[in-house]
Amino acid sequence: MLPTTWKEEAYCKMAKVKKIVKTIKIDADKCNGCRGCEIICSAFHAVPKYSSVNPARSRIRVITHRLKDIWLPVFAGEYARSECAGRDIYTIGGKQYDECGFCRASCPSRDLFKEPDSGLPLKCDMCEGEAKPHCVEWCLNSVLVYEEREEEVEEEEEKPEELQIGLEALADRHGLQKMKDAVARMSRNGQEEGS
Amino acid sequence: MRYAETGFHLEVDLATGNIERVETDPKLMELFLGGLGTSVKIHWDRVPPETKPFDPENLLIFSTGLLNGTPAFSANRTVVSFISPQSELLAYPMMGGFWSAELKYAGYDKVIFRNKSPKWVYLWIKDDKVELRDAAHLKGRGSLETQELIRSELNDPNAQVAAIGLAGENRCFTASIEQSRSSSSRLGGGAIMGDKKLKAVAVRGTKDVHLARGAEFMELMKGVTDYINYRNTHPIPDVMTIMSGIGSPQEMVHTDEKWHSESFAWGNARERRRNFWTPEIDKSWTKTQLSVIKRLISCFNCPQHCGALIDRPGQPRYMMKCFSKLTYAMAAYVDDLDFSFRIVQRAQEYGVDGFSTPQILAFGFELKDAGILTDKDFEGCPTDKEGRFFWLLDRLVRREGIGDVLADGTYWAAKRIGKGAEEFAHNVIKKHEQLPIKLGMLDPLYFLMYSTNEKISITQIEGNWPQAAFATREQRERFVQDWPQLPDEKFKQYLLEWEPRGEKGIPHFPTPEMCCEIVDWMEMLHNIDDALGICAGMASFCLKPPYHINNYPKLISAATGMDVDRNELKRKVNRSRNLHRAFNNRRGMTRADEKPPKDHWKHRFPELEEKLLSTYYKHKGWNDNGIPTRARLEELDLGYVADDLEGRGILQNGQG
Ligand code: SF4
Ligand code: SF4
Ligand code: SF4
Repeated sequence: MLPTTWKEEAYCKMAKVKKIVKTIKIDADKCNGCRGCEIICSAFHAVPKYSSVNPARSRIRVITHRLKDIWLPVFAGEYARSECAGRDIYTIGGKQYDECGFCRASCPSRDLFKEPDSGLPLKCDMCEGEAKPHCVEWCLNSVLVYEEREEEVEEEEEKPEELQIGLEALADRHGLQKMKDAVARMSRNGQEEGS
Repeated sequence: MRYAETGFHLEVDLATGNIERVETDPKLMELFLGGLGTSVKIHWDRVPPETKPFDPENLLIFSTGLLNGTPAFSANRTVVSFISPQSELLAYPMMGGFWSAELKYAGYDKVIFRNKSPKWVYLWIKDDKVELRDAAHLKGRGSLETQELIRSELNDPNAQVAAIGLAGENRCFTASIEQSRSSSSRLGGGAIMGDKKLKAVAVRGTKDVHLARGAEFMELMKGVTDYINYRNTHPIPDVMTIMSGIGSPQEMVHTDEKWHSESFAWGNARERRRNFWTPEIDKSWTKTQLSVIKRLISCFNCPQHCGALIDRPGQPRYMMKCFSKLTYAMAAYVDDLDFSFRIVQRAQEYGVDGFSTPQILAFGFELKDAGILTDKDFEGCPTDKEGRFFWLLDRLVRREGIGDVLADGTYWAAKRIGKGAEEFAHNVIKKHEQLPIKLGMLDPLYFLMYSTNEKISITQIEGNWPQAAFATREQRERFVQDWPQLPDEKFKQYLLEWEPRGEKGIPHFPTPEMCCEIVDWMEMLHNIDDALGICAGMASFCLKPPYHINNYPKLISAATGMDVDRNELKRKVNRSRNLHRAFNNRRGMTRADEKPPKDHWKHRFPELEEKLLSTYYKHKGWNDNGIPTRARLEELDLGYVADDLEGRGILQNGQG
């Protein structure tokens, strides 16, 4: 652990910068449960772009319990190494959202927000590089509304990249040593093929 | 790599429990697209004409359409096909909802069931893992209840389940297959499932559906999206509200039911109540509807709101769509809309067709009033209009007493009852109950649609052409101004000339030749929708829809990589259309069967009607008996069908 003074010092040194905060407002009451957002997200992130569709790969999922009147679009958030110790149950407007209803995490307790074949975590990237998030564009019911605002924030520390998050997830699943072995094996094979 | 389709079928032998994943011939898509088209081909190849509806050989096919699972809006139809116990012809009721896309994501285009299971089972498809599971504990359960129970025992809230209720288990001829907010309800698919002891089919998929030229496809979808947005904000002027928008009729959105309640017939399709819609009724019906609708909902990947979650205190929740809101109340002569919301809940759990069933119940009470059925048949039946409908519905789905007879629908029930009951089964075509509509003047377009279409359910054959002529020239000009959906500009002229009455009005105008062209166009579009799995509400079943003959070829080409133009697309659906007809001809269907109900219009014109039928047959390349000619069949690469029909003496050699 860092001594307190160091942390404070570091804090003082962080510069304030202007940042565009991208927000998607979710008016879940308007959702008709069509799952169009799942389709477009998975199609957009397919490689090559739009070459395939698979809602299981979407970074937005609509949690659905039709008879309970639950249609809840949830965006994929951070990768979580381990599941929470407890389970929250929310009751809002008479509706019970069980287990991990609102949670965005790609976590070991459920198959949500994981690539179906590799199990690698998925995360909403706000459709980086695009004018507007695609799920927002595709939802014709105005459930998803995109907003940008400028905020002054502290300069961010570097976030791990997608590759690193993916590797971490693999290491969590199979153990670091196994992974190292596999990588070593793969590079050896690669060499053999090359020679 | 296969595009748009997955290239695999599941073959399930219910007698042995054997399940196989079978790769399909890519040629099938080239010839018949998918959905209804490819299913018809399978029925033709594998179901001989001697097969009776409840024979083990009667195939039951659950099919996706070619575009299900792609980003195409409203591509969510599941086509269920089988020989109907009611019509004894090849039926293909479709359902929206969420099932077919899920099947595609599991990696299959169709599930084909053959033979009968010795005990109650349901099929569970989770990607490559497919198993028949015991369903003994689900017997007797409601169709919605079953869906929930299966989801929870599979511990998969995202499994999509199609299930039958008591009516299907007891092989009622109007039993439906229910799924989420939708149902495949016409012509008794639920009875075939029940006969095969198949309680449900559950599916969950996590695989990719591929697009050949995805970026191009999305570009085209942009145009479709813009048009959907445009149409949702620009209802068509000069037509009734219910026809002004897109999507299946937005029955849950609209509360104004003046048109339906006054134009459609009440009771056993008997009487129009022209002054029914008073301000008091308006107020009470609106209040009832708004108080029970918890949320408006759609099918898979559709921006519309045709369905609703119904939450009426004191009864389990369910989802309602479309016209069942009115069918029970109108058949029972009940002026309180709340009755509908009560009885539809029960009817849906039982799993019965919401068009046929209310008419069957009303027919039962007519027979009682006429003394053809007796008090003994109705022992214990309440006397109030509402209570007696519930009572008879309960009997019908259990096949108890008189319910056993009525469970076969009005046509077969009348035959069994005799004593003049046939006169009361007055609203059927090809043994199937039709919409309760009784009108004045023969409409030549509807005459053809009613008589000749293989769907045997008029509600979904009409569509792109207005139901009635516009009153003024000005309105007509406004309508034709912006009509990009047309297959040919000449239709604008037909519409401009078409008047509500007189020389240029029905029944003589549009002329028989024009009628043939209009009906052929509408039918073609329905056949395309049914092959693609697109909701007719977004294409063939509404005025100025987002999908049409001018953008479909491009979408299909981009999705599949198989380049088709308008003519080629038309040829493909004509191929399956003619094969479907030949299948039914082989089972005995002829010109003699192509008749709308006698009382459908008050003013009939026998000579004109015969002329219409003959002209249409000729237009389609069918002989005077309504059977595709050898020339027509060969032109569609269906020479083997001509051989078969000739071999059976259905087509006479050389007769064309
Ligand atoms: S913003 Fe983009 S990445 Fe995030 S869920 Fe929507 S479509 Fe997917
Ligand atoms: S696209 Fe919109 S309406 Fe459809 S499920 Fe997603 S959030 Fe709901
Ligand atoms: S228009 Fe209606 S019935 Fe058709 S797919 Fe959309 S919600 Fe379903």
